[in-house]
Amino acid sequence: MSGRVLVGVKRVIDYAVKIRVKPDNSGVVTDGVKHSMNPFCEIAVEEAVKMKEKKLIKEVVAVSCGPQQAQETIRTALAMGADRGIHVEVTGKDYDMLGPLQVSKIMAALAKKEDAQLIILGKQAIDGDCNQTGQMTAALLDWPQGTFASEVSLEGDTVKVVREIDGGLETIKINTPAVLTADLRLNTPRYATLPNIMKAKKKKIAKVKPADLGLDMTSRLEVLRVDEPPQRLAGVKVETVDDLVAKLKETGRL
Amino acid sequence: MFTLHIHLISSKRRGYSLKLKLILTDEQKEFQQLARKFAREEIVPAAAAYDRSGEYPMPIIKKAWELGLMNGHIPQEYGGMGLSIFNNCLVTEELAYGCTGVQTAIEANSLGQMPVILAGSDAQKTKYLGRMTEEPLMCAYCVTEPGAGSDVAGIKTRAVKMGDEYVVNGQKMWITNGGKANWYFLLARTNPDPKCSAGKAFTGFIVDADTPGVQIGRKEMNMGQRCSDTRGITFEDVRIPKENVLIAEGSGFKIAMGAFDNTRPPVAAGATGLAQRALEEATMYALERKTFGKAIAEHQAVSFLLAEMAMKVELARMAYQRSAWEVDQGRKNTYYASIAKAFAGDIANQVASDAVQIFGGNGFNSEYPVEKLMRDAKIYQIYEGTAQIQRLIIAREHLGRYKK
Repeated sequence: MSGRVLVGVKRVIDYAVKIRVKPDNSGVVTDGVKHSMNPFCEIAVEEAVKMKEKKLIKEVVAVSCGPQQAQETIRTALAMGADRGIHVEVTGKDYDMLGPLQVSKIMAALAKKEDAQLIILGKQAIDGDCNQTGQMTAALLDWPQGTFASEVSLEGDTVKVVREIDGGLETIKINTPAVLTADLRLNTPRYATLPNIMKAKKKKIAKVKPADLGLDMTSRLEVLRVDEPPQRLAGVKVETVDDLVAKLKETGRL
Repeated sequence: MFTLHIHLISSKRRGYSLKLKLILTDEQKEFQQLARKFAREEIVPAAAAYDRSGEYPMPIIKKAWELGLMNGHIPQEYGGMGLSIFNNCLVTEELAYGCTGVQTAIEANSLGQMPVILAGSDAQKTKYLGRMTEEPLMCAYCVTEPGAGSDVAGIKTRAVKMGDEYVVNGQKMWITNGGKANWYFLLARTNPDPKCSAGKAFTGFIVDADTPGVQIGRKEMNMGQRCSDTRGITFEDVRIPKENVLIAEGSGFKIAMGAFDNTRPPVAAGATGLAQRALEEATMYALERKTFGKAIAEHQAVSFLLAEMAMKVELARMAYQRSAWEVDQGRKNTYYASIAKAFAGDIANQVASDAVQIFGGNGFNSEYPVEKLMRDAKIYQIYEGTAQIQRLIIAREHLGRYKK
């Protein structure tokens, strides 16, 4: 086994920022807004770095798709302990419409090119909330997948994954190479230390274009409109349970 | 985050032109982000409890040490990161935003280490700086006495040479990290002749804290920065080997003073961090609290207060950045360092007081974060050179330029 793990890291609007819709309803405001690494991607990086520290794998490669700023996100992964980065340059209209289908094509192509043993992704990004990229990537590669992972143990050329599902926890065993997606409770991502931030400057980030990988980024989707969620209306207070039942019947809810 | 280019035109008097960029590099942004995240996630939630109990925040200090947020000045040859003063200041401002009590405990390490970094021999640096990067140890700058603060030349602690040792007797006061330090930078008088000039009468020593005769006083309960450990230290027949003299007998005063050009910018940065915190807390409150039918931020009296607070914070930041940059460029920055420290200390007090004002009755109450800021701010006009001493220095430097 190559001992190489690819980790996808996405640059998203920071979770603490108040999102605003553009006046023309074409999207959300991103100019001048604070961005950071998707929290689930941080968990994915942490898991890969922990595997390397336990000497279960040899190399962690951080991948990000987007314009020049995507390199900031890769640098954060490098400061957390990834060994090198790959920046897949996607800009303009292609970047606006970049979605799980395109990213999974990229991850699949890179996995083959880099002879990856594992791909670890966040379960979803906090902007798109698609929860599709990991699954699509596995399908394109015809690899097994361990999604919503809350516990991962690499054992030789198999992986035991404990998955968080609606009914509770499911434990599966899959062969490598495989795709894993990280859920919230998988680990607590470390802070990058200041010395590691300095060392990360010396680590390499290779730049490629989707065309170099023979990929077409054309989207099959078109965004028609983006709106804010409707304002929450004030509720109505009632005195008794009977009043509550009456009100619910009145508004057709019961 | 603001971006600003300043091109300073060459002055005939100074004869050179400077280009000062106030845009941070990617690496500097990452340092700042790390410190900011650490401050918000680790320091802010714990600060109020440490302020109430006065307990030394060792768990936080240990974490900061593990992340490399401490001891940034130690050169790389001795296991440190050799960060520029500017980069240290970036980190300091962010930590101070969280709690200046915690940040002062951390900064006192830099103050204690600076004489060794500037004047220590290779052996002294290896021994005393090396250990700071191997374990989370603290050190302290031991100069002030009950009878001499601003008037450093008036210190009375005596060091008498006896064979291969110096025997030290005296009393130091207000020593930050006094009770937690592994070693001290000590300034003592070696020449008893009262006619001897200050520049020759004092010697700088490195003293291991566990040396017999070092008596650590009680923790002093102060108005603010209460979790920081401040104590009196008594030296009773403490024997220091001659190997622990910095440079040579008589060089102490210059070393002690020279450290300040490097440590005043970070102290100014700390005061700026406190002021930034006060400004943000006051702003968020002003946008929520309503009076007379609207958020108080929409009343001009309040918005003007916030505007002036913002002016002061931005200017304090520019001042410390300039003073840090000057010394990093290898130039004597005394003028800028004193301006930065004086200004930042003064505005931190003003901004914290204005923040309490904006919070109104709530501001006076310990359930809200701003009264602590007002108590913490006061010391910035006192330590590291009082507001009055800074003005003496600025006047001297300023007038000195006209006399040439």
